[in-house]
Amino acid sequence: MSEHRPNTEGKYKWIGTRPDRPDGADKVTGRARFGADFSLPGQLIGKVLRSPHAHAEIKSIDTSKALALSGVKGVITAADFPDQPNLIVPTGEMQVNMRDITRNIMAREKALYEGHPVAAVAAVSEAIAKQALALIKVDYKVLPHVIDVAEAMKPGAPLLHDHLLTEGANPPASKPSNIAKRIEFKKGDAKAGFAQAEVVIEKDYTTQAVHQGYIEPHATLASAAEDGQIQVWSTTQGHFQVRGFCARLLGLETSQIRVTPTEIGGGFGGKTVVYLEPLAMRLSQKAGKPVKMTMAREDVFRASGPAPGGNVKVKIGAMKDGRIVAAECIVEMQAGAFPGSPVGPACMCSFACYDIDNVYIEGFDVVSNRPKVAAYRAPGAPISAWAVESTLDILALQLDMDPIDLRLMNAAKAGTKTAYGVTFNTIGMVETLEAVKHSAHYRTPVKHGYARGVAAGFWFNIGADSSAASHVGEDGSVTVISGNPDIGGSRASLALMAAEELGVDYNRVRPVIADTASIGFNFVTGGSRVTFATGLAVVNSVRDMIRELKVRAAKIWKIDPEAVIWEGGMAKPAGNQVGTFEPLSLADLAAQAGRTGGPINGHAQLNVTGAGPGFGVHCVDLKVDEDTGCVTVGRYTAAQDVGTAIHPSYVEGQLQGGAVQGVGWALNEEYIYNAKGRLDNPGFLDYRMPVASDLPKIETILVEVPNPQHPYGVRGVGEVPIIPPLAAVGNAVARATGVRMVDLPMSPPRLSAALDAARPRRMAAE
Amino acid sequence: MSEVQYQSAKTVKEAVKMMQAAKGKGYILAGGTDLLVQMKSGARTPGVIVDVKKIPEMVSVAEKNGAFTIGAATPAAVLGENKKLRKAWPGVIEACNLIGSTQVQGRASAGGNLCNASPAADSVPALVAAGCIVNVAGPKGKRAVPVEKFCTGPGKTSLKPGEIVVSLTLPKRPKGSSDAYLRLIPRTEMDIAVVGVGVSLTMKGDTVTDARVGLGAVAPTVLLVEKAAKALIGSKLDDAALDAAADACSAACRPIDDKRGTIKYRTKIAGVLLKRSAMIARDRIHGIEHRGHRPV
Repeated sequence: MSEHRPNTEGKYKWIGTRPDRPDGADKVTGRARFGADFSLPGQLIGKVLRSPHAHAEIKSIDTSKALALSGVKGVITAADFPDQPNLIVPTGEMQVNMRDITRNIMAREKALYEGHPVAAVAAVSEAIAKQALALIKVDYKVLPHVIDVAEAMKPGAPLLHDHLLTEGANPPASKPSNIAKRIEFKKGDAKAGFAQAEVVIEKDYTTQAVHQGYIEPHATLASAAEDGQIQVWSTTQGHFQVRGFCARLLGLETSQIRVTPTEIGGGFGGKTVVYLEPLAMRLSQKAGKPVKMTMAREDVFRASGPAPGGNVKVKIGAMKDGRIVAAECIVEMQAGAFPGSPVGPACMCSFACYDIDNVYIEGFDVVSNRPKVAAYRAPGAPISAWAVESTLDILALQLDMDPIDLRLMNAAKAGTKTAYGVTFNTIGMVETLEAVKHSAHYRTPVKHGYARGVAAGFWFNIGADSSAASHVGEDGSVTVISGNPDIGGSRASLALMAAEELGVDYNRVRPVIADTASIGFNFVTGGSRVTFATGLAVVNSVRDMIRELKVRAAKIWKIDPEAVIWEGGMAKPAGNQVGTFEPLSLADLAAQAGRTGGPINGHAQLNVTGAGPGFGVHCVDLKVDEDTGCVTVGRYTAAQDVGTAIHPSYVEGQLQGGAVQGVGWALNEEYIYNAKGRLDNPGFLDYRMPVASDLPKIETILVEVPNPQHPYGVRGVGEVPIIPPLAAVGNAVARATGVRMVDLPMSPPRLSAALDAARPRRMAAE
Repeated sequence: MSEVQYQSAKTVKEAVKMMQAAKGKGYILAGGTDLLVQMKSGARTPGVIVDVKKIPEMVSVAEKNGAFTIGAATPAAVLGENKKLRKAWPGVIEACNLIGSTQVQGRASAGGNLCNASPAADSVPALVAAGCIVNVAGPKGKRAVPVEKFCTGPGKTSLKPGEIVVSLTLPKRPKGSSDAYLRLIPRTEMDIAVVGVGVSLTMKGDTVTDARVGLGAVAPTVLLVEKAAKALIGSKLDDAALDAAADACSAACRPIDDKRGTIKYRTKIAGVLLKRSAMIARDRIHGIEHRGHRPV
């Protein structure tokens, strides 16, 4: 059962309805074209040679034999790219350094992880390209490697970067290490808080690296022309980002590159960076022909994404009535081969659900011989939430309190100041907890053999740069143009907002995603920003168009534009004193546009602020097979304050998808490295994401607490739902078995071993 | 690039000739659900592919005097729809129907599953428990091999050059017989067995008069665990007998630590699944239906 509690009943005609999505028919018929579906006449196939070593110095690369092979049209190495300065640029919710990006797309001095590209070829066929790769001779000096974060932090660990001094170290770092950064957040006096606490719980947790698992592997097609212009088709969450990064990486102007985003088969944050695009572009320049490149699934696992694993220490101090008086969290996080893990958001989100006076949070960004991590839904937050929400469950059990009541007692509200300094505006943490508490699921007693777990999660959501345009056709139908790839039904949501604003039928509004040369800049599809920020740009572009429509009506009526109002899709005189005129519809005005001043368009470009944060509370009933360690999820409910659900089906889809990915993270997903530092499970058979039969239908509760800083109250919804599941599952497992799991994943072998280890203690307790 | 030749045989004799002519570079194509994947990954590079799906006896099921002979290339989905076969050998059929996904079932065959020689093959422990005979044809004529002797190591079989597997024969069932197969996978489908156990029982009243146990994914080949069978025979499947049989299964394990499970875990689960499979087989003998493949 799913609940949608709109706070806008009767207020809107289109918002909150569930029409078919504009891209739906093409996707169900197979007509939609994804990254690998694009081809050009005469195209070459590009292939990447990847390092078999986790850590190795590249002494030399000899490409002569590959180049000499008939059918090979180009070979590139790092020497084909200019080196880059130490320059940090934002990419969605992560920060990246240009110096590192150029080394990540093509290894320069060293190969830093298994799968790290060292060369690429373009040839007339895939078979010849593969043969050519085998002819490239790379002289490696294999170096000792380090995979584990705790190991990488130790003095004497193999160093990945000789120049890396810990930023923010106290005292300042004098020697290089694998610790790229140390950060801290403080509020009140944690020490005094713990001294005052009547109960203190402290525990260490770990999580493993997990992959975003998008079903569509990375793919691109690049075509460089003789005049220096390059066209690119790419499956990406941000084609403007592809343009910007590639311009820097190739030494071009952004205007020389035109990137068209294809339909995207999942991204989850992992498609906000570039891998193949700059290689295909350089190969195309060299060969003078279009170059198409696709990754195999093994490449996707070995060299794209993943999300980091981390080690988290949590300490919570409370009074016996459940009031939390002090909290501490220390996070050590994998960055992969280059600095830049999401340890910052992990720290900031850790206690953001709660109003706690005394907080200390410390984080470490640690490099090791793994692929550079990329964003994955609420980057970092699931890792700290796993630890914090598990610890809160221990506290609830110890105090014999209902886990929701404990959270309600400490919940953040409007006016709560977070440990990272922001004071919340209108938020829905309390409403979401209440929604679960009063849900059919929570009010139903737990079935025999099952146990129930609850956990919460917080994410900021972002705004950032968006451009949009609205055009009226000569028949009065409307095209809405924006520049964000649609990964979650955003076209439908944008069209609904435009239809609502304009007062026209949803089916007369066609949303289009334009390439980088056809609309102004748009920041990536990430940070749950598109429906919020690009939605605002669309609304403003429509308002701009309405302003023009009123001018045209005024012209026809020969009255002042101020005396025209726009209502129900019509221009009307503002009142009787203005004069008596028949309302003019969009179609009427469009038909006369040529005589009243030409085409009627609207534009908007914004740096959007005021993103409303989101809170989620999940509840799961599951049972544990004590002999095998297998977990069966029986019932699952995800509740969230979603602002206003513009298209409720796609909001529910976000909650369900996030919950499923979180359950996978909790139960089975993990990167497994062998002794040589090579990934042992680079495929879906042994990297175990959940399959449909693993889970019941995820029930959802959409709690509408509108964001006051958006005309329709929109909050981002895509990231929060992956945060609570890890601890919700862990808490249910603990309540089912009496064994608290602290290491993820809770896979059958691991859970079975923990149950066996606890058996003597458990028998004694009985 | 080397060319791959595709050949299609209409008779067993023809197929054997083609394999012989291929001089060790020939691969049999039944459903292709392993072969094509292996070719794509570069793990196998055949010179000749011999398609056997047009040989009638290799894609059909025949019953003679209570014994079933299953064409080696018969798709698992076809086996699943054969009511008589399913009634006689529910364990073998549920094992065959666990190979791959629903889509893969339309092509994947028990013969292919056997010849791929994975120690984790789902159908094989059930076939071992069933006392299946593998019917082989080759340049020197026909021979019959007990299924537990067919595989010699991971990816290796006892087939000689030019030989192919034609069919699998399941013996006539005495009254009061049934079987069951359970595997442990971390997910609920689309997965590979961490441990698989097949049990076949014959009972007179409450007493086990005959038993066979096949154990998969815990050694280089699927094992016939005679000590486990011995512990069950003569018992009423009481706790002591089940414990003894489970211990025999655990003792027979020679597993490895890998990404799919630890030695400790596999050894333990072999015993757990033995007990559960035996109980399902007993229930089936007594007319109690079991559905679903998850050992929980």
